[in-house]
Amino acid sequence: MKIALSLAALVALALAPFGVSDYGLGLLIGAVTYVTLASGWAVFSGHTRYVSLATVAFYGTGAYTVAVLNEAMPYWLVLIVAGLIGAAIALVVGLSTLRLAGVYFVIFTFGLSELVRQLITWYEVNVTGTLGRYIFLDVSAREIYWQMLALGAATIALTAWIQRHRLGLALRVIGDDEVVAAHSGIPLARTKLTAFVLSATILTLAGAIASPRWVYVEPSIVFNPTVSFLTVIMALLGGANRLWGPVLGAVPLFLAFEWLSARFPDTYPIFLGLLFILVVFALPDGILAGLERLKTRKTEDRA
Amino acid sequence: MLEVTDLRITYGKHVALDGASISVGAGEMVAILGANGAGKSSLLGAVGGRVRPASGQVTYKGRDLLRLPQHALVEEGIALVPEGRGIFPGLSVAENLDLGARPRRAKARAGAIREQVFTLFPKLAERRAQIAGTMSGGEQQMVAIGRALMSAPDLLLLDEPSLGLAPIVVQEVFAALARIRASGLTIMIVEQNARATLALADRAYLIEAGRITGSGPADTLRTDPAVVRAFLGGAAVAES
Repeated sequence: MKIALSLAALVALALAPFGVSDYGLGLLIGAVTYVTLASGWAVFSGHTRYVSLATVAFYGTGAYTVAVLNEAMPYWLVLIVAGLIGAAIALVVGLSTLRLAGVYFVIFTFGLSELVRQLITWYEVNVTGTLGRYIFLDVSAREIYWQMLALGAATIALTAWIQRHRLGLALRVIGDDEVVAAHSGIPLARTKLTAFVLSATILTLAGAIASPRWVYVEPSIVFNPTVSFLTVIMALLGGANRLWGPVLGAVPLFLAFEWLSARFPDTYPIFLGLLFILVVFALPDGILAGLERLKTRKTEDRA
Repeated sequence: MLEVTDLRITYGKHVALDGASISVGAGEMVAILGANGAGKSSLLGAVGGRVRPASGQVTYKGRDLLRLPQHALVEEGIALVPEGRGIFPGLSVAENLDLGARPRRAKARAGAIREQVFTLFPKLAERRAQIAGTMSGGEQQMVAIGRALMSAPDLLLLDEPSLGLAPIVVQEVFAALARIRASGLTIMIVEQNARATLALADRAYLIEAGRITGSGPADTLRTDPAVVRAFLGGAAVAES
């Protein structure tokens, strides 16, 4: 029943581009992109509670891969290469850093995004002598939308599968207590690394798919740290450890920020900050958990 | 069964343990007593694979434990109940126990061991569907010990099982430990509650400022004037 409903929604969303304006299609792409980013982020961070601010490191890497390779090989091959590059970076980074815990991991992932951005800037300035690349690809907005929708749907399907699989249980248990998890015989490094690489591959692919929309890319555009922060807030608002939590957080927040950034282009980061604080204090486990609490309280009152 | 030789543990410049050697024989219950920061938990952490010592050796049934990753210890037959509540607060009691039974030798007997755990802690049987994080401190400690027992260990490591519990709950936990001990399991326990621990253990090591300063049978230590002064709260206990 739930699966049938999800599939019906997917079909309806796939047909949506035929009924909307160009601006409407732009909104759809943006919303689906953030749904994908938030759900992809939650594949690793949702259960383990490792807050990663490296989203844009992978997202930007995906976009840059397309910018560099789009004239050298067919588009579908570029996407595969982008996914592999994302996975490879995650593997190297994960092996060296997943021992970090708590706030150290957060700081490290934030630093990673900056590191990747500075490395690419340095390389472009000193080696290729340019700072900015054009992406002239014959990919229409509709095709981008469908690709992103497919990636988003695949991410949610993957999350659903992981939650039923032993990997999901292992991740939950690691989020609860790493020491006890290790002493129950769960290999911490391997489990965390698997989820981190899966998550990073999704985030990198999202960047690669979204990139033709930009036409012109440079490091400061594609490695904008706001993307990382937005992704975290969205996932937390909806409930990062729930299947539909990131979706529920991403759609309203994306629309709210779209509206705010058009109306208050200079001051809207203030709203971002306020919202961050509000989510952490008022809904630490997300909307879905908040609703459940409300429901149980009501039934208890009646009893 | 367990041999710790010349173990030295440092955190940066701070020396937590300065050349400690202990041994635990099969079927024994050995206590490590000492004040806060004396190095008790570091010693247990090294045996449990949580802390990598600067030098020294830890061998268990002749195998070098320091070469094994942390998650492999449970397959060797070692179960740790870490300090604080060693449970998965988001999972139910039954799920916590099932996760304990991951090692191959335990999986086959999981049903029988679960019955033993429920006999030991009848409360857990009543509450098997409850989310462990919503239980009281003492009940959570029972879940933690139960989870460790589910792996069918040969050696049980306990890190301050009475920490932060109400006196009446401490009694309950120690009563359970007495029954576990009677079943013949080898136990290494680190505790601040020296009186209750010495009443239960076969032998004990005293540890002060990173060094082993004394050891002996628990009965002897209980009446040793120096031990009474340092660990058992002076004359008031000596009378009783």
